[in-house]
Amino acid sequence: MTQAHHPLIIAFVCNWCTYTAADLAGTSRLAYPENIRLIRVMCTGMVDPQYIIKAFLEGADMVLVSGCHPGDCHYINGNYKARRRIKLLKEILPRIGIEKERLKLTWIGASDGIQFSKTMQELVVQAKKLGPNPVNTQSVR
Amino acid sequence: MAHTLFLTSADETPLTLIRNFLKSVLQTESVQAVLVPAKLLPSDTLMPHLISDPDLLAGADPLSPVFPLNASRMAAKLSVKPVQGKIAMVLRPCEIRALVELEKLKQANLENCLLIGADCMGAVSAKDHTNMDPPENFSPPKEENLAPACRACEHFVPENTDITIGLFGITPKETIMLQAGTDAGMTLLKKIAKDTGRQFTEDASERQTAVAEKLKQRIGYRDAMFAATRQALDSPENFARYFERCINCYNCRVACPVCYCRECVFNTDVFDHAPYRYVQWARRKGAIRMPADTVFYHMTRLAHMSLSCVGCGQCSNACPNDIPVMEVFRTTAFDVQRAFDYEAGRDRDDPLPLSVFKETEFTDIVGIESGPTESAGTGNNP
Repeated sequence: MTQAHHPLIIAFVCNWCTYTAADLAGTSRLAYPENIRLIRVMCTGMVDPQYIIKAFLEGADMVLVSGCHPGDCHYINGNYKARRRIKLLKEILPRIGIEKERLKLTWIGASDGIQFSKTMQELVVQAKKLGPNPVNTQSVR
Repeated sequence: MAHTLFLTSADETPLTLIRNFLKSVLQTESVQAVLVPAKLLPSDTLMPHLISDPDLLAGADPLSPVFPLNASRMAAKLSVKPVQGKIAMVLRPCEIRALVELEKLKQANLENCLLIGADCMGAVSAKDHTNMDPPENFSPPKEENLAPACRACEHFVPENTDITIGLFGITPKETIMLQAGTDAGMTLLKKIAKDTGRQFTEDASERQTAVAEKLKQRIGYRDAMFAATRQALDSPENFARYFERCINCYNCRVACPVCYCRECVFNTDVFDHAPYRYVQWARRKGAIRMPADTVFYHMTRLAHMSLSCVGCGQCSNACPNDIPVMEVFRTTAFDVQRAFDYEAGRDRDDPLPLSVFKETEFTDIVGIESGPTESAGTGNNP
């Protein structure tokens, strides 16, 4: 590839933990790469598999779903339900040639500002390694 | 305890034996009506009928290779509230499995049904239905004439029935086997044993052999189909090309027995895009296919339904442009259901995978590293 690949990562983050961690990272003046687009949701348990499929079909190179640690969910168990949906999608995405590795799930607590920043940086490194989402390089109209 | 009866008659075919059996089922006090595929004059087409007149059971034909629709939807509709007594339902094994899924999805109540399933002879594709007469002299269709879904089906012996009608490997050809799967089925069979003077016996070993042989053949076809489908669908481009003839008619969704939402998201405002959106997309990609959202629709249906897919093949039957939809769903359903150690329609007590969770499961998919030993992406979590 002659041109550097600038990956686009869509991150669905829960209001109570990972979004708060992102906020903390911001107020702590911690930088994270501009490749990430955060979408705040009330809970990872409300991330419909459709959102993730849509993100990939629109060309996202990676999708991250990030919520509270097990046991910390504001809605008691939304994050466990999200984990099952991610498991489901990881089986379905290869059917369209999108690698499982492009979909990530993490738990980042509200006080983990540093961890949030680190995770985002690491994601961009991985996205660059994976290369562009095949939806972007092929004719999928 | 022996729970198997053999009915035989020198001058009757298995089909007439089954019709007579259904008559005696209908004449029991607790059964209000029988839901069964039938061809009733003046109609020339086999369709499920809810029959209350025993004489009309002469038109019943549960052995026909015609499979116009997955009747589990009709069965579910009839089961949601109790009638006085039960409705006997003669269904294909895949219809029963879909009904089990519908019960888990709160669309059916099997307590109100008396489920009767016969060893399934398979069905032909919908477009081969024309001019097909019920085989009065019972002979199952040849394997190569069956619909692809049936050729890949390993669930041809009904499960979760009250009564199973056994046909495979049973000789002579004027004999059928009746086997009770539940107490309700046993009560009914006891009555039939009394009326016919038959004795209860053990299952026929010939049947087991015939079933094992067929299973091997079917799994062979199925695995080859899986391999071909996985190979054909390995990129977004190939997925889009596979569905390139799709006109977004959504017939596959209507025909799908387990796609149960009253209002599908694809019929809502969410997909009622404003014209400028289409123009935006067209500008970004140079061109977009119209109708749009075809790949998105099929991917979404995979996400929504593959955990409950029973592989009946009605999606392929419903496609006006002959897209082999079943192959995609069956293959994906196999992978998905295996990932959750689940099998659609297997057991009424297995919860739907997305309705439950365990705290300790699937830890390997959490975190941004790929290895299963990595923690959840946090440095300071104990």
